[in-house]
Amino acid sequence: MDSTFIIEKSVVILVVFGVTMLMAMYSTWAERKVAAYLQDRVGPNRAGWGGLFQPLADGLKLFAKEEFAPNTPNQFLFRVGPGIAMATALMTSAVIPWGDRLHLFGRDILLQATDINVGILYIFGIVSVGVYGIMIGGWASNNKFSLIGAIRAASQMVSYEVAMGLSIVALLMMTGTLSLKEISEQQAGMNWNVFYQPISFLIFLICAFAETNRTPFDLAECETELIGGYHTEYSSMRMGFYLFAEYANMFISSTILAVLFFGGYNYPGMSWVAENWGVNLANIIGIGALFVKLCGFIFFYMWVRWTIPRFRYDQLMHLGWRILIPLSIINIMITGVVILRGEIFAYLGW
Amino acid sequence: MSIQEISLSGRKKLVSNKEMTFLEKMYLIAILKGLGITIKHFFRKKATINYPEQVREFSPVYRGRHMLKRDEQGRENCTACGLCALSCPAEAITMKAAERKADEKHLYREEKYASIYEINMLRCIFCGLCEEACPKDAIYLTISKELVPANYDREDFIFGKDKLVMPLEMAIKNTQLKNSN
Repeated sequence: MDSTFIIEKSVVILVVFGVTMLMAMYSTWAERKVAAYLQDRVGPNRAGWGGLFQPLADGLKLFAKEEFAPNTPNQFLFRVGPGIAMATALMTSAVIPWGDRLHLFGRDILLQATDINVGILYIFGIVSVGVYGIMIGGWASNNKFSLIGAIRAASQMVSYEVAMGLSIVALLMMTGTLSLKEISEQQAGMNWNVFYQPISFLIFLICAFAETNRTPFDLAECETELIGGYHTEYSSMRMGFYLFAEYANMFISSTILAVLFFGGYNYPGMSWVAENWGVNLANIIGIGALFVKLCGFIFFYMWVRWTIPRFRYDQLMHLGWRILIPLSIINIMITGVVILRGEIFAYLGW
Repeated sequence: MSIQEISLSGRKKLVSNKEMTFLEKMYLIAILKGLGITIKHFFRKKATINYPEQVREFSPVYRGRHMLKRDEQGRENCTACGLCALSCPAEAITMKAAERKADEKHLYREEKYASIYEINMLRCIFCGLCEEACPKDAIYLTISKELVPANYDREDFIFGKDKLVMPLEMAIKNTQLKNSN
């Protein structure tokens, strides 16, 4: 392992980290702006042009606020909860291919922190750990509302992870790989997976809403019933970390949706651009294409939030266990039959 | 026509408990419809305005911030009789009278004037009874067309004569308008 490799990877990791933070920051701004526009309002417009410095002002405010901790026997857990939520939210971005590769300084630079061959499994694993941040925070708060919120979040995320994993299985049967890089490469041109696996996409989308605790599945922090859910007792930047982790999760899940189903960094005419204008430019446009797609998903998240009211808890469980899981199993079976149709036809002698 | 079918408003809808069809049970179509409605609002004209920069049009009888009027020669009308303070149901007005000196005839119309005139805008309910009580045509709520702005300190809501008396330029303009008519 030479030193240039380490430098290259550190730069990629730092850029990915910075971009994730920036996107999470500006998602809060976008959320307020989109909410305002959908409700015929103007939204934040005092801090900077169009309120663009609003996230900075919010962050400054959160840092300056008094840090209040409840009288709880679990001081350590209370402190560590937001950290776990934030760390897991940022870790998932490591395996996402932001673009193909850039040719700089005589080297091929892979636009991905690491291309491990179990990329999707890694993401699922990290996302499951993310529950602990919420669970520990809610438990350590020593507050009934926090505890109920945390329990809701845990059972909701565990239930929907099953449906999410099963919905991906059908896709993986088609692609034959778990590496996000290879999945992106297979979708070159307009060969996007969403055209082959629309049901898988729909289930994954619904589960992504539930996994990120977004409306209509935000039962973990529903203000009307639980004050703030698991972060009721949190104040200052600790609460900021929870909210920030939520937005980072939203950014990452939008990216995964774009990579798995909407062709990742591919765009129509990419090979033509690579031939005529050079590989670097083609891939920079590719990064732009990925960002357009994922920003579309982030907008969709917000759009849905201000359209659909929250589910009741039994409805949520009903949808997860009795509709989405059977549906994804049927989808797996149909996909299997379609993949093996040649063998089946040969067996039947048609 | 039976009594069940009569609808005076024309908006009567019979409630039915019919089973939902499979498509309706999926809710996806209803959700898409809802998304369509919200996105229409995204591009609609905004209902709110950028308040201090933009101001809505006031009705001619809108009761806003008080103004102590001047007459055509720019003299203050108020004679500090105290009837406004007496009529005020919120006890918001207080004043102190003073005698007009010989060299102040161009400043005050009557021989007695208010040296201090204060309205507590936190107490005021903008009912307009002071305006009705005033025998000298001095206090008006409908002229200024201004709202009382928000502030951080309670003291800053006690408006003195510096904020209440009609600006001289406005009085000059009014006189010019009157003369030209």
